[in-house]
Amino acid sequence: MFSTRRRLRLPVPTGTSCLIVAVTAGRVTGPRETRTTTMLAFILKRLAQSLLVMFFVALIAFLMFQFIGDPVHQMVGIETTLEEREELRETLGLNDPVLVQFGRFVSAATTFDFGISYQHKKPVADMILSRMPATLELSILSALFALAFGVPIGVYTGLHRNTWLSHVLMTVSLIGVSLPTFLIGILLIFVFAVILGWLPSFGRGDVVDLGWWSTGLLTTTGLKALILPSITLGLFQMTLIMRLVRSEMLEVLRTDYIKFARARGLPDRVIHFRHALKNALVPVITVTGLQLGSIIAFAIITETVFQWPGMGLLFLQSIQTVDIPIMSAYLILIAFIVVAINLVVDILYYVIDPRLRSARNAEARS
Amino acid sequence: MALLQVDRLRVEFPARQRTLVAVDDVSLSIDAGEVLGVVGESGAGKSVTGAAIIGLIEPPGRIAGGEIRFAGRRIDCLPDDAKRHIRGREIGSVFQDPLTSLNPLFTVGQQLVETILAHSDRTAADARRHALRLLEEVGIPAPAQRIDAYPHEFSGGMRQRVVIALAICAAPRLIIADEPTTALDVSIQSQIIALLKRLCREHGTAIMLITHDMGVIAETADRVAVMYAGRIVEVGPVRQILRSPNHPYTQGLMESIPRLGSDSAPLAQIDGAMPRLHEIPVGCAFHPRCPDASERCRETRPALRMVADSASVACLLFDDGCADD
Repeated sequence: MFSTRRRLRLPVPTGTSCLIVAVTAGRVTGPRETRTTTMLAFILKRLAQSLLVMFFVALIAFLMFQFIGDPVHQMVGIETTLEEREELRETLGLNDPVLVQFGRFVSAATTFDFGISYQHKKPVADMILSRMPATLELSILSALFALAFGVPIGVYTGLHRNTWLSHVLMTVSLIGVSLPTFLIGILLIFVFAVILGWLPSFGRGDVVDLGWWSTGLLTTTGLKALILPSITLGLFQMTLIMRLVRSEMLEVLRTDYIKFARARGLPDRVIHFRHALKNALVPVITVTGLQLGSIIAFAIITETVFQWPGMGLLFLQSIQTVDIPIMSAYLILIAFIVVAINLVVDILYYVIDPRLRSARNAEARS
Repeated sequence: MALLQVDRLRVEFPARQRTLVAVDDVSLSIDAGEVLGVVGESGAGKSVTGAAIIGLIEPPGRIAGGEIRFAGRRIDCLPDDAKRHIRGREIGSVFQDPLTSLNPLFTVGQQLVETILAHSDRTAADARRHALRLLEEVGIPAPAQRIDAYPHEFSGGMRQRVVIALAICAAPRLIIADEPTTALDVSIQSQIIALLKRLCREHGTAIMLITHDMGVIAETADRVAVMYAGRIVEVGPVRQILRSPNHPYTQGLMESIPRLGSDSAPLAQIDGAMPRLHEIPVGCAFHPRCPDASERCRETRPALRMVADSASVACLLFDDGCADD
């Protein structure tokens, strides 16, 4: 693989071009060259797929403007005359051919311009950006919570299949999988906010504004406010990861190379945590990465239950007021995040599993 | 004194209705530097015997009786941690399928080094030097370039060489090779057999060679034990058994080996199949397929008895002379 050092020394352009430059810079002589070029081909292929997905998402987001009501009606009052409406329609470019409008929409979206909110009369991009830190902090913390508990519990239940603690954990995880998120949130609020009064039931607490990012991680109230929503949002993912790790561990422990590792006289610790866990984690990485996208997307419910001032709450409010610019911007942004995460996961997978690398190399050589 | 002494070993697997006996009353011994071939059909209990010796019977299977002694020390009832020190250090193992024996996510060097470090006080750098020597010894060309390669970058035969290098990391006195050539091409098979023989000769390592290939046995082993339905039916020097097998099953096995240049008559075969573990018949397990079976064979289970200088056979046909013992 190309070294990180080499990557860091580059002048850093933005976005995807940076990725490609980094890869080409990793080009070295000898067999590594084929590896780097196939890696590049692989990334380019995935990028093209991602762009296709984004194109269709943008199309759907754009069509919302066409089919969900007339934007002009949303913007003006009842006393506006027909002439004034027509004038507004003309200045907004709504009389242009649909393709022209779509082109304009896409090129504006690439510069992060999603127009003005009907309801708030403010640029949608600014509104979403100001809400994004709340959602991302909540989502990432949930994912970390899910990983930090899901992986060890999964390993434990995989290694000690028949202890009573494993049975208890598996039963509890079944409840975690089957209970709906909002119910878990409400239960947690009832216990920890209403009965015990330990944690706040809504909001982000005090936030520190770093200029480009508002964080709740630096204040006690902010941290306390994060606990219940993170658990609510991450619980389902945690049980999912736990069950996945468990079944992967059971699967891996049956393989010949684990038996052979035992026959080589390696200590159990090494066999379980070095050999078995690394092999078990390969699919877990994929799933966790993909789940991170859905955590961000499904934060809507948790944000509603906890009145969390994130993008999801903004989206729900915009639905109530038919604020189409916000809805379409949210759709595009979430799709972009999910697609970007998928791309990173694919590349990670490629880096972790040496077999995949050489399989693609062989494919390229033949 | 024998290096490995197995006495009346019995291995059971509890099943839903009844306990299955995979290895029944097996006794065998291996001297230092000797190659003992263990031959038999699939399910005869060869591999389970090997697994029992290194203490790796898969639960719920368990050793239900007998003793295993290694260099005079009993090893079948040691605590897990002590068993681990015997595995790899005193008794090395080679498995059947080199494609699945190595962890795909670690380089060959990493797997060698961790095994060396598990059994010695070497430093990491020293362990790597030792790993290079081992790869060279098992005949991997250009080991310095290959040591950081992943298993999938090796061919099957080369992987089996790596597996053998892993087995001899700590210079064990015994190697249990469970079908080491079955998954390989015929041309590679003979190379691997030659490698095992050379290691045996140069280091005085004893080998328990588990296989169902009589050709491999003939080429490699000093003595051979023939297993059938969880029991040893005949054991003795390999030349003697190949030339004049005593047990009807061994005779059947010998007749069913195709020979170059022989006439084109159909190959002899033993009628029927080896019984499954849950339907092993009373008396001699082989009697339903035995051409010489008598009424007694249906009732009495024959014990292993010495018939010649060094060969023993478990068959009532040879029991008459010394029935009083």
